[in-house]
Amino acid sequence: MEQNKTTMEKKPIIEIKGLKKRYRLGVINNKTLKADWQSFWAKKMGKPDPNVKIGQERLQGQTLMALNGVDLNIYPGEAVGIIGVNGAGKSTMLKLISRVTAPTEGEIVLRGKITSMLEVGTGFNPELTGRENIYMNGTILGMTRAEVDEKMDQIIAFSEVKDFIDTPVKRYSSGMYVKLAFSVAAHLDSDIMIMDEVLAVGDVNFQKKCLSRMSDASTTEGRTILYVSHNMSTIRQICTRCIVMKDGKVIYDGDVEEAIRIYSEETFKFELKRTFPMLKLDEYPPYQALTLTSSEILDRDNLIFDADETLKVRLGFRVFKPVENMECMISVRYAGINLVGTYVSKPLTFKEAPEGQEVYVDMELDLSNLVPGKYFTEVTLGTNNVGRMFTHDFWPKVFGFEISENKRRNDYSWDIGRWSYNILPVKSQKNYMEEE
Amino acid sequence: MAKSKEIVIRPPAGEIEFNIKEVWEYKDLLYELVMKNFRLVYKQTVLGPIWLIFNPIITSVVFTFVFGNFAGLETDGLPHFLFYMSGNTLWNFFANCINTNANTFRANAGVYGKVYFPRLTIPISHVISGFINFMMQFVSLMVFFFVYKFTGTELHIAPRMLLLPVIMLHTILLCLAVGLVLSCLTYKYRDFVFIINLGMQLWMYLTPVVYSMSNTGGWMHKVLLLNPMTPVIHNFRYALLGRGGLMIGSWAISIVVTSALLFIGIVAFNRSARNFVDTV
Repeated sequence: MEQNKTTMEKKPIIEIKGLKKRYRLGVINNKTLKADWQSFWAKKMGKPDPNVKIGQERLQGQTLMALNGVDLNIYPGEAVGIIGVNGAGKSTMLKLISRVTAPTEGEIVLRGKITSMLEVGTGFNPELTGRENIYMNGTILGMTRAEVDEKMDQIIAFSEVKDFIDTPVKRYSSGMYVKLAFSVAAHLDSDIMIMDEVLAVGDVNFQKKCLSRMSDASTTEGRTILYVSHNMSTIRQICTRCIVMKDGKVIYDGDVEEAIRIYSEETFKFELKRTFPMLKLDEYPPYQALTLTSSEILDRDNLIFDADETLKVRLGFRVFKPVENMECMISVRYAGINLVGTYVSKPLTFKEAPEGQEVYVDMELDLSNLVPGKYFTEVTLGTNNVGRMFTHDFWPKVFGFEISENKRRNDYSWDIGRWSYNILPVKSQKNYMEEE
Repeated sequence: MAKSKEIVIRPPAGEIEFNIKEVWEYKDLLYELVMKNFRLVYKQTVLGPIWLIFNPIITSVVFTFVFGNFAGLETDGLPHFLFYMSGNTLWNFFANCINTNANTFRANAGVYGKVYFPRLTIPISHVISGFINFMMQFVSLMVFFFVYKFTGTELHIAPRMLLLPVIMLHTILLCLAVGLVLSCLTYKYRDFVFIINLGMQLWMYLTPVVYSMSNTGGWMHKVLLLNPMTPVIHNFRYALLGRGGLMIGSWAISIVVTSALLFIGIVAFNRSARNFVDTV
């Protein structure tokens, strides 16, 4: 009996073997019979397909392996985070597990009831009331009406929209809508919960409530959770195990912190000097006054800084039209993910520069407010246009740098979850004892 | 904790999938979908379901003038209005179901793309709500039946009326079958949306809705007998009003055709459902 129980527990609740999913790129079909017939006829006569857009020829007939051989065992009660850059195959995997689409090769064995939240509020109808939508959403996710009845009070209480429960949801604010939708999904009686970034919703308090609800589901109720997110702090909070995906494969499976480290390493590949691809002069939109062409970190041979150092960067621009009071904003992201803050340049003015002229801006950036870790920057060039920002150019991932473990605090490690990414400066401080 | 059973997900290998049992497990979803269909139609209307009863009455009045009085078509000696209304209600149920279900994939791409449930529940729910609408119209048809009966028209309550449920069931299955087959075509080619709209109008004129089979003759008569809907409408009218005689041979053929279409429809629908998310 005892032995029987342990072998039962060892059996994975989700077993994935050699899973592959192929997508065809380009035009699959033309949606109308006439166009399909034209394509068919052109192919037969050896002429170019009239329905293929210029520049798309390369994609015709090409396939993309969104998942390229994934083997994975997930055991009951685990909370597994899945991270990876866009297009790594995370969402495709969740889609396959939730049976929304079929795999091309391989096999998935599920040993439990599954509810997937690939989207919050699936099946919600704006005309129906909150209560009607709870029934609709609950049954679509596989509950019976009796089960929904049983949970109804809990769902309504959790959703914080009690007073509006018999109002059509089209009159809800978007926040209320999402709260109600999440509440239904969170109260399902399932063994496996699949979530694709559903927590990026609601106000901060509600997000916290959702997160603790998820943690409860896995720790106290023993449910299995699969959670895809780009938000590392929610991954840290919920997950006990983490998988890093890249190009349709699992490249790491194990400890959460290690996975996050590998993921940021994966996305962190920067050089001291970088140039950006340029279009032909006449290909730029007429309203654009200048474009970013290069970035270079000055006076360094590596990208690892101490917090008390300054980072000298030279940005190169090409000017199309006279520039006046342009602001160059360098936004900083921790591990390429969480926005930390933005450096704003002094206004740039190049009135005399002829069209096509290269100009440079050197800046010294103060790093003392940043916590140890790896950072990416993105650059926005904008002018003030009647109180709103008019964007002339934007580049994600312009340059990156690393802040080494700070010497001033080398006796403890910085806990991002508790203290965030910014060290706010204390302007002055006086230490003294009360005098009698 | 919920009952767990092992589910194995594999690539589609052309197997025939006939998941009626699974649909039954989701019967509560079916109930909710049917309720939704009703709520959506009658929310923010003053008269609500009264519109439903008005509709066939108005159409039948128009038919009475156009086909009965102007064209002078023979109606087996029955009052024009009753003749047209009986054909009309059943046909409208049939045609509306097909028009709705032919669009299943395109109309529900959002839900289908995000969550798994037996895909068949949606078309089945449309047929059920269509049928409930039809029953309301049928009740109003029966009211007219008794009005005519007590104002001197020769109409009888007879055992042949026991055929009515059978004929209704046949209609349900046939419109579900046709709707399923067509839904597999519309998701790939939008042309079929237009073709189906047009086709359903033509189909009505190839079915004895506005005329009686006794009006037809020669090769035309034989062609009409091939239409699986012909014996259904004809026999419905016979079972209710007692004129025109029961079509047996043609009905038998229609039942075979219906069964075959239903089988093809369910299998093709399930097959399309497995991969359409990637192509829509």
